[in-house]
Amino acid sequence: MFADKGRLSAERLNTGLAVVSFAVAALFLCPAAALCQSEAEAAADSAAVAPAIAPPASVDVVDTDNDRGGQIDVMWEPSPDVELGRVEFYRIYRSTHPDTGFAQVGRVGYTQTQYVDAGMEDGIDHYYRVSAGAGEDESFSPVIGPVSSRPHWIDKTRINCLVAVVIFVTAIVYFVTSARGGKELFIRRLPGLDEVDNAVGRATEMGKPILYITGLSGISDVATIAAINILGEVAKKTAEYNTRLIVPCADPIVMAVEQEVVKEAYAEMGRPDAYNEDDVFYLTRSQFAYVAGVNGIMVRQRPATILYMGMFYAESLVLAETGASVGSIQIAGTDAVTQLPFFITSCDYTLIGEELYAASAYLSREPVLLGGLKGQDTVKLIVGILLILGVIAATLAATGVIETNFMAPLYATS
Amino acid sequence: MRRQIPLALCFIFGAFMAIQYFIPHHSVADMQERILMWLQTLLAFAFLLGTVSLIKVHYHKIRNRADDRAYSYVALAGLLTMIGLGFIHPDHNLPGSPFSLMFLNVQVPIEATMFSLLAFYIASAAFRAFRARTLEATLLLVAAAIVMLGRVPIGDLIHEGIPDATRWILEVPNLASKRGVMIGVGLGMMATALKIVLGIERAWMGGGD
Repeated sequence: MFADKGRLSAERLNTGLAVVSFAVAALFLCPAAALCQSEAEAAADSAAVAPAIAPPASVDVVDTDNDRGGQIDVMWEPSPDVELGRVEFYRIYRSTHPDTGFAQVGRVGYTQTQYVDAGMEDGIDHYYRVSAGAGEDESFSPVIGPVSSRPHWIDKTRINCLVAVVIFVTAIVYFVTSARGGKELFIRRLPGLDEVDNAVGRATEMGKPILYITGLSGISDVATIAAINILGEVAKKTAEYNTRLIVPCADPIVMAVEQEVVKEAYAEMGRPDAYNEDDVFYLTRSQFAYVAGVNGIMVRQRPATILYMGMFYAESLVLAETGASVGSIQIAGTDAVTQLPFFITSCDYTLIGEELYAASAYLSREPVLLGGLKGQDTVKLIVGILLILGVIAATLAATGVIETNFMAPLYATS
Repeated sequence: MRRQIPLALCFIFGAFMAIQYFIPHHSVADMQERILMWLQTLLAFAFLLGTVSLIKVHYHKIRNRADDRAYSYVALAGLLTMIGLGFIHPDHNLPGSPFSLMFLNVQVPIEATMFSLLAFYIASAAFRAFRARTLEATLLLVAAAIVMLGRVPIGDLIHEGIPDATRWILEVPNLASKRGVMIGVGLGMMATALKIVLGIERAWMGGGD
C-alpha cells in the first residue's frame, strides 16, 4: 500500500503506522465507538488514497555572496513528488530558535529550488525549514541552521571589471603624464571638427547666428558633458568672431552649466560684454515641444550653422531635416547609435560615437587632453586584441580543437 | 578657491560613485542611494531655475518689442494658464480637472502631431540618402532595398532568399558595426568621466586653470 515504484519510504511507513495507531486507539478508547470507528476508517482510507507529500530533500542555507548584507540563500532539492505532479508550491519558514517560532517568509512555485530571504539583521543566527505542499497539505523538511547574514566589502563577480578599470586608468594617467612632459602626440583628422572654424566664419560673414543644441539628456549623461565641453570651445570662437550663439536647453541644470561655460569662454576671449544670457535659455523638458521650439528658432532666425552635440532620440531627424531645409551648415555628434543614420543623412558632417568624446581635446589641442585621448586609444587596441583572441579561442573550442575556452573567464558575469 | 572647491567636490563624489560599484556593503550602498536622492532634490530646485529663465527671456523679448514677440505672448499665456489651472483645482491630476483636460486635449495632440511629422521627414531623408552618387551611397541603397523587401511578404514572393539576406545584413555587418561604435562609446564615456573626476578636463567649468 505504501510502496512507491517498488520502494518503501520510511516516512510513508511512519505515516501508515500513525494511521493504524489512530484507528486502534479510537476503537478501544473512544466513548462513541461506532462514530469513532467510522472516522478512523475514513482517515485510513484517505491515507490509502493520498499518501502525504514528500518534503524537499537536501535543504541548504548559506549567506548570500557579494551582497550588501541582510540576505540568505535557501536552496533545496525538489521533492520526489514533483515528478508525480503532486506538489504545487514550496514555503520557506524562518525562526531565530531551532524548535519554535517558525514564520513563513516566502512562497515559490514547484519549479523553483531556490529562494533569497532578504531583510534580516546581520549577525543573528537563523534557522530554516522548507515545506512542499499542495492545497492544504504540507510536509516539512528538517530544521536547517544556524546561519547568519553578513555584508561583503568586495563584489567578486566584478573583479574582471575592476582589473579593466585599473588598466584603463593606468593608460590614461601614463599618456597624460607623457603629454605634460612635452611628448608630441599624433591625433588623426576629424573632418567634422576641422569644419567648425569654417562654420563659425561662414556665420560671421553672413551675419547670422549659430545654433548649438545639446540634446534632451540631463547633466548625468556623459554625452551631455562632452557636448558642454565642445560648447566651451565653440563659444570661444564665436566670441572671437563676434558671432551670436544661441543655445536652447531642455534641462534646467544643463542650462545653468551652459550659461556659465559660455560666459567664461567669452570672458577668456576678452569679450565679456558680448555675452547675452538670454541666448542660453531654457525651452522645455517635453520632447516634441522642444522640437517645435527649436524648429521655430531655425525657421525664424535661419542660422548659418547648426551644431547638434549630445544625446538625441526620435527628435533628431525632425531637427536635422528642418535645419537642412533652411540651408544651414550642420555638424552633428552623438553616441546614440540608432540616431546616427539620421544625422549622417541630413547633416554635412557627423561625429560618430567616440569622436564626440574626442572633440573637446581635438578642438582645444591641449596636450594633457590629447594624452587622455591617446590612453583611450591604447585601451581600445587592447580590447581589439582581446576580441580577436576571444574569437579564435571560442572558434577553436567550438570546433573541438581545444577542450576549454580559456577566454571565457574574461567575459564571465554573475 | 573658486575653482578648487568644485574640482574637489567633483573628485570626491566622482571617485565615490566609481568605487561603490565594486563594494556591495550596505553602508556604501546606503550612501549611494542618499546621493542619488540629493540629485532628485537638486532637480526639483532646477525646475524653478528653468521657469525663471523662460519667463525672463520672453519678458525681455516683449519689452524690447522683438519681431517674433507674438510667440512670447503665446508662450507666457500658456505657461501662466497651466500654472493657474494647477492651483485652482485641489487635485489637478484628477481626470476631468481643468489642468488635466488642457493637458490631454491640447498638449498631447500637439505633441502627437509633431511626432507624426517624423514620417514625412524619414521619406525626405531616405530620398536624399538613397541617391546612388557614390559607391557608399549605392551600397546603402542596395542594402536598404533588400532589408525593406525582406521585411514584407512580397520579398519572400519575389525570391525566398531575400528574408535570409535581410537577416544576415541585420545580424552580421549591421550588428558588428553597432557593436564597434558601442565599444568606442563605452571607452570614450569612461575616459571623459575619468578626465573630469581627475580634474584634467575642466571645460565644464568654463575652462581655465
